Amino acid sequence: MGIVENQFQSNVITTTVDKLVNWSRRSSLWPLTFGLACCAIEMMCAGASRFDFDRFGVIFRATPRQSDVMILAGTVTHKMSGVMKKLYDQMPEPKWVVAMGSCAISGGPFNSYSVLQGADAVIPVDIFIPGCPPRPEALMHGIILLQEMIDKEKYIRK
Amino acid sequence: MGFLKEYTAIHPYWPVFMFLLIGTGFGIVTLIFACLVRPSKPDPEKLSTYECGMPLFMGASEKRFSIRFYIIAILFLLFDIEAVFLYPWAVVYKKIGLFGFVEMMLFIIILLVGYLYAWRKGALEWE
Repeated sequence: MGIVENQFQSNVITTTVDKLVNWSRRSSLWPLTFGLACCAIEMMCAGASRFDFDRFGVIFRATPRQSDVMILAGTVTHKMSGVMKKLYDQMPEPKWVVAMGSCAISGGPFNSYSVLQGADAVIPVDIFIPGCPPRPEALMHGIILLQEMIDKEKYIRK
Repeated sequence: MGFLKEYTAIHPYWPVFMFLLIGTGFGIVTLIFACLVRPSKPDPEKLSTYECGMPLFMGASEKRFSIRFYIIAILFLLFDIEAVFLYPWAVVYKKIGLFGFVEMMLFIIILLVGYLYAWRKGALEWE
């Protein structure tokens, strides 16, 4: 029902509650396993032991029902954009989108009839990570930026 | 004062009752609290069936198909197993000699009788 969402004025109690909510949200960012092209290889590497995304609470999920973040790792074709939109719609709130790599940001080198020129034409993107493909460190940086963004969000405050 | 003791002593099942009460209460309170607090913005698209983002392939699961597939599948399974048994037999054929040959022929004949029976009964016909 969400009866407490954006209902309260800022005071010491509500800011503390918001801080707690944001802390729990940023500490368990579960991305949807959505590898589209070669960026997915870097994403897999980021999730594996060397870069170890688990320590940020980033655990890849195989269903949008359990996901908070959608990492668009790779080229979004027009055919895939419908799927991407549907999966984004099926994710529960709160949800964020990370566009990883130049393809997801702007179509990258594929200025062609089949490739979507930027995923933000279809779904709202929060973080853009440039690179072709970005290294796992870059994805890590993107996730940390997303966490900083979540820290500033207001949930029970207006 | 023996009767008082009888009434004031804790019943041995009291902890079990408390355990059930706390367990149930915890579940109910958590669900209600989460229901009130969580953001909830349902729409038809979000509540639609998850099938990797694709449209539903065959529709609902109540789709009907012919019962004849049942007999065909059973027969297939039977003779598939027969073929599976023939492979190891063929591999060690020279070692087990005449005894193995007779045994396997018996096995095949028994199944063959079953096959002829199924044939006579019209299990292989599809009209």
